Amino acid sequence: MSNWPLLSLLIWLPIVGGGLVLALGNDRAGAARWLSLAIAVAAFALSIPLFTGFDPANAGLQFIERREWIPAYDIQYHLGADGISIALIILTTITTALVLVGAWGSVEKRVSQYFATMLILEGVMIGVFCAVDSILFYAFFEGMLIPMFIIIGVWGGPRRVYASVKFFLYTFLGSVFMLVGLIYLYLKGGSWQIPDLAAMPLTAGEQAWLFFAFLIAFAVKVPMFPVHTWLPDAHVEAPTGGSVILAAIMLKIGGYGFLRFSLPIVPDASHEFAWLVIAMSLIAIIYVGLVALVQDDMKKLIAYSSIAHMGFVTLGTFIALSLVRDANHVDTARLGLQGAMVQMVSHGFISGALFSCVGVLYDRMHSRRIADYGGVANVMPWFATFWIFFAMANSGLPGTSGFVGEFMVILASFQQHPLIAFGAATTLLTGAGYSLWLAKRVIWGEVGNAHVAELKDINMREWIVLGVFAAGVLLVGVWPKPLTDLMEPSIAQLAAQLAASKL
Amino acid sequence: MIAGLMMQGTMATQVRTLADVAPLAPELLVVLGAFALLMLDLFLDERRRIVTHACAIAVLLAATVMVAMGTGGQGTVMDGMFVRDDVADVLKATLLLVSATALGYMWTFMRERSLYKGELPVLVLFATAGMMLLVSAGNLTMVYLGLELLALSSYALVAIDRDSPLSSEAAMKYFVLGSLASGMLLYGMSLLYGAAHTLDLAGIHAAIASLDGDDRVLMLTGLVFLVVGIAFKFGAAPFHMWLPDTYHGAPTPITLFIGSAPKLAAFGMTYRLLDSGLAPAGDQWHLLLAALAALSLAIGNVVAIAQTNLKRMLAYSTVSHVGFLFLGFAGGGPEGYAAAMFYAISYAIMAAAAFGAIVLLSRRGFEADRIDDFKGLNARNPWMAGLVLCIMASLAGVPPFLGFWAKLAVLRAALQGDLLWLAIVGIVFAVIGAFYYLRVIKVMYFDEPAGEPLQVRPGKPLQVVFSINALALLVLGFAWSPVMAWCQRAFGI
Repeated sequence: MSNWPLLSLLIWLPIVGGGLVLALGNDRAGAARWLSLAIAVAAFALSIPLFTGFDPANAGLQFIERREWIPAYDIQYHLGADGISIALIILTTITTALVLVGAWGSVEKRVSQYFATMLILEGVMIGVFCAVDSILFYAFFEGMLIPMFIIIGVWGGPRRVYASVKFFLYTFLGSVFMLVGLIYLYLKGGSWQIPDLAAMPLTAGEQAWLFFAFLIAFAVKVPMFPVHTWLPDAHVEAPTGGSVILAAIMLKIGGYGFLRFSLPIVPDASHEFAWLVIAMSLIAIIYVGLVALVQDDMKKLIAYSSIAHMGFVTLGTFIALSLVRDANHVDTARLGLQGAMVQMVSHGFISGALFSCVGVLYDRMHSRRIADYGGVANVMPWFATFWIFFAMANSGLPGTSGFVGEFMVILASFQQHPLIAFGAATTLLTGAGYSLWLAKRVIWGEVGNAHVAELKDINMREWIVLGVFAAGVLLVGVWPKPLTDLMEPSIAQLAAQLAASKL
Repeated sequence: MIAGLMMQGTMATQVRTLADVAPLAPELLVVLGAFALLMLDLFLDERRRIVTHACAIAVLLAATVMVAMGTGGQGTVMDGMFVRDDVADVLKATLLLVSATALGYMWTFMRERSLYKGELPVLVLFATAGMMLLVSAGNLTMVYLGLELLALSSYALVAIDRDSPLSSEAAMKYFVLGSLASGMLLYGMSLLYGAAHTLDLAGIHAAIASLDGDDRVLMLTGLVFLVVGIAFKFGAAPFHMWLPDTYHGAPTPITLFIGSAPKLAAFGMTYRLLDSGLAPAGDQWHLLLAALAALSLAIGNVVAIAQTNLKRMLAYSTVSHVGFLFLGFAGGGPEGYAAAMFYAISYAIMAAAAFGAIVLLSRRGFEADRIDDFKGLNARNPWMAGLVLCIMASLAGVPPFLGFWAKLAVLRAALQGDLLWLAIVGIVFAVIGAFYYLRVIKVMYFDEPAGEPLQVRPGKPLQVVFSINALALLVLGFAWSPVMAWCQRAFGI
């Protein structure tokens, strides 16, 4: 199997499969569901050899596929994966399969189109994580927009049109600046390949404006304060599956972009403006965390909590850079980067699980308002168990994955400045506050009203979805070693790279 | 001017052989074909009109093959009047193909509305011959000749629905403003002749490099008029006023024709005039085109948002696409021209597909040209909706569709020409422009069908043509390398 073009298969199997599902037509919903699930499971199965076949001694890109694509413009079909990519690819394949299972009964309108769009989206997202040619990366990065636009707009809630257009325009505006930056780099260095760009000398002035071109693109995607406002709208209006994919994977692409583009290509400018990113991350963690407290819509609350948690990813990334540059703390920097990466994977599981939980309730009650619920534990004990577990994980309880990443980032920040660590640590308060208060209002207490009293506990299908998410959260929480081992060589290399100035 | 013509007349003393006209073989085929069809049509009754139509398409396709095979060979003939080089060949092959496609779209639509007259394919052939001469022009008179042949045929085509007030108004506006543009162009040419004392583009190129004093002022004034004329013909802001009304008023397949292939010819004309002729004044016209590009991007994209009629929206979108095309010219150099040519080719395919969708969905008494007419298309015909989605995404410049790569090429050309500000203007307005393309996707997918159900007549060859046309945007999005290599080779890269 080692000779197979695994990455290509992982990208194109879901996309071509999606085309097949589309061809089935909306009338054959049952066949469309089963075929989609088979494709998603096959994609997951294909992602396992990435993990097992990965050589941890080799920090560089592996599973490389490289051939000419557009010779006229030097654009290559160049794929490769390191530990960071592989972790995110596996997260993508697991989440997509779970989303399809979750949508089994809850999506009834245009079923084959929904499943097909999800599959196409999966392929494109995997493409983002393994593209080595920057234009190929950009093509995948933008290629996600149309499928997600369709998912929010067709299967979304009442304000879906507003939310989907806002999502599209926000992310489109962010990414076009990156395109200009990439063209500039190509004209200067004659290559689109990310490793070549990373090795290219750049002046401080060039780095500064390139840094902001990248920052706009990825900050919108993460999303960072103050360009986060599209996310609550998109999350609230998206169907359950769309929210899960958005939170669990699409946001990670922003964090991944910082690691792949900003840090290696413009390290000096990243260092110079690290204070800005750190400040924006702290605002996201503290202020957006407080905003989450006052929401009366469950999805909105989780959306704001996502923004706060993604603040840790950007914080860890840029703290690491400052540590290497200011104090030469390479080891602590690695801790910060590891923390950021673990946080990405962990948040993928937790937010995906929480949105699935809201989906379970929404399917039954068709309401996302917290006030419409109360005492759900009395009628849905299994569901309540899962919910409380994920709420705990969301507030960073030790033993869950939420703790590991945040703890690593806080430790690393402490090395930089205790105040930064203090600011970041407030999340333990606010996070616990909004997660548990939400649980109190929805899960505990007396049965809120007659509708709640009629609720039925989760079925087998929902059990599987939530169970797999819970297993992921628990596994990363108590035994993060396989994950950190997978990413360690790549992160060590990145940390070493940060020390070298390009000026 | 007469003295100049006489001077050239005395130069042409050598005996003409067949080899002298051999490079004109494709043009001759199209022109002879047009005359033959004019005669043939006299002897066919209404039911056999399809023969004329099929013959017209066959002539265009045969000419395409001749261009692609290089029949007749390249060269500069007729005392420099006619230039057949790689640039001309690439443009001719594509514009012939696009014109043939446009003819393909015309049949059912025009027949259903009893608008199909025997002159229709003949006019298309003459317009195409005009375009071919235009892109091969080596002399200002040839530029004007080709342009007028194209323009007069187009005016007649727009006016072909003579009982419709909307069409008549469109044709009138087109004619008046088009004549004004021709006048501008002609005036610019006369000034240029006054400065350079020759009508030959290569001669102008040689002469103006050493101009100074009053002659230089004369030349630059002529240049400004030429650029204005070009902007009129392209429909670049602020000379775009005729475009929305003409596009809206003309029968849709006619709009399709005048909105697609002539853009390639306009590219050829601009290249001939500004590069073959006026390259030494490049610093001046680069600036003019950059300004026109910025204005077109802004006006086209912003005004398109306010449109409710799809044809008008596409007209304003044309204005913005012309702005992008000028980005390549403003960037300058062979890379810039190659990028602009690639953009022109991509745009011609996209425009044909976009208007083709309207042609396909309309029927007698229902033009399907309002954006709301597309409501709920996905529920009724997912295949059609999917294709329109491809077209709109491509026009908006979303990868992997062809439109994105065209934008990449011109942005690259602009950055190469140190026009960072223009590239930023381009991308910002591309984002604003994305909104109105998204709205079409929105009404197709998010809205439920309302009013009369949209029907696509099944089993028609038209559907196949349209599907190929729209899918080309996706397929070429993955395999645009040969097309780009072709464009680059034409400019010697």
